[in-house]
Amino acid sequence: MHILALVFAVVAGLLILGGYFVPSLQGIKGLLLNWVIILAGVATIVGVFNLVLVHGTRIHKREKGGTYSAILMVCLFGAFILGLMLGPDHPDMRRLVNAVIVPAESSLMALLAVSLIYGCVRLLRRRANLMSVVFLATAILMLVASATLPFGELGGLHNFVRPWLQHVLALGGARGLLIGVGLGTLVTGLRVLIGADRPYEGG
Amino acid sequence: MDLLGLGLVGLSTLFLVLLARIRRAPSARLRLIPGLSRLYRAFGLSVEDGTRLLVALGGNSLLTRNGGSALAGLGMLREVSQKASVSDRPPVAVAGESALALLAQDTLQAGYRAIGASEYYQPVTGRLAGMTPFSSAAATMPMLDDEHVSAAALIGHFGVESALLSDAAERSNVLLLGATGDPAAQSVLFATASEALIGEELFAAPAYFASGPMPAASLAVQDILRWLIIVGLLLGAALKVLGII
Repeated sequence: MHILALVFAVVAGLLILGGYFVPSLQGIKGLLLNWVIILAGVATIVGVFNLVLVHGTRIHKREKGGTYSAILMVCLFGAFILGLMLGPDHPDMRRLVNAVIVPAESSLMALLAVSLIYGCVRLLRRRANLMSVVFLATAILMLVASATLPFGELGGLHNFVRPWLQHVLALGGARGLLIGVGLGTLVTGLRVLIGADRPYEGG
Repeated sequence: MDLLGLGLVGLSTLFLVLLARIRRAPSARLRLIPGLSRLYRAFGLSVEDGTRLLVALGGNSLLTRNGGSALAGLGMLREVSQKASVSDRPPVAVAGESALALLAQDTLQAGYRAIGASEYYQPVTGRLAGMTPFSSAAATMPMLDDEHVSAAALIGHFGVESALLSDAAERSNVLLLGATGDPAAQSVLFATASEALIGEELFAAPAYFASGPMPAASLAVQDILRWLIIVGLLLGAALKVLGII
């Protein structure tokens, strides 16, 4: 069974990869990718079952935070039943999403601003080295150079230092990081493709 | 036909297979990455003192170009699950995407099977945390405190929401290693996490936990390709300066 999964994964991977380079394989690449999209949809349903199992276990075992799990289950099933009755495009369903998910995520975004300031303040205590000093100094410099100050903009900082930092150092560094990440992605993908890494071998 | 791309893929595969065969006997020497060394120590301690290791894989689909970082996370999870499966509190993996959560469960199960402890595997140790980056972070934050976690690794594709997890980890006294492919999130993790991996260090994580020749060989291939790109860039710049291209 594991050999079958390995053969299927490797052949499908090679066909999809080949589809990017060999025009005659593009049809089968499209077909396989369509299957993948359908399977990803099924995985979402299985993921919801996993969510129910995890939180159901927490409620059953009366673990810490079980009350929150119960609230989640009530909301999950409530939204599911409403969705079945009204349909996902119904104005009330949209209102439900806009009134719960959007404000909750916006609040977390606001909390993020506080967390970032707090993290930067504690950075030197956590990791007191040259890189941390350079990081903080650059962040402060960019903030001052970008801010509208009561006495106007700082000409040199705003017109020369900030663009130079942003477009030369930061952009060059980011490109270097992205090249590194791209190479890592290529080699990690190849390991899966030749069957050296098998994240599908458990079940 | 994109011959350059095909050549790069072919060359990388050839290097990968050859180097894995060459490096089969001697153990490869890896560059010291303080964050990974610290996580490895914390991982050993967590097995001894009965606390848990949490591996968060991020919320990015494997179908996008950022899927590679999630595969690196799964690679590390495989090694972690194999080494810590029989501890009192086995490692927990969380993902912000359904297919990734399923693969996390499969990877954990494979780790248990590899050491002949399939009966100890619990499906609830591989979880779907949420369907959006923020909801996934919000669901993971209480786990750091509630589930006796002593060390956590964010390894996959994370955005700036990772700062919330860093903050929660600090409040719960949890060592948090952040590794993501997103440059903006890398800077956020550098400022907020206990340890952060920069750039392609993310893809080195499985090699530090694994013992086989393949992870070390893949690092060597990355180094070779990086040098090829550096030489290509310098050569291109020189030819441009000389007016040849």
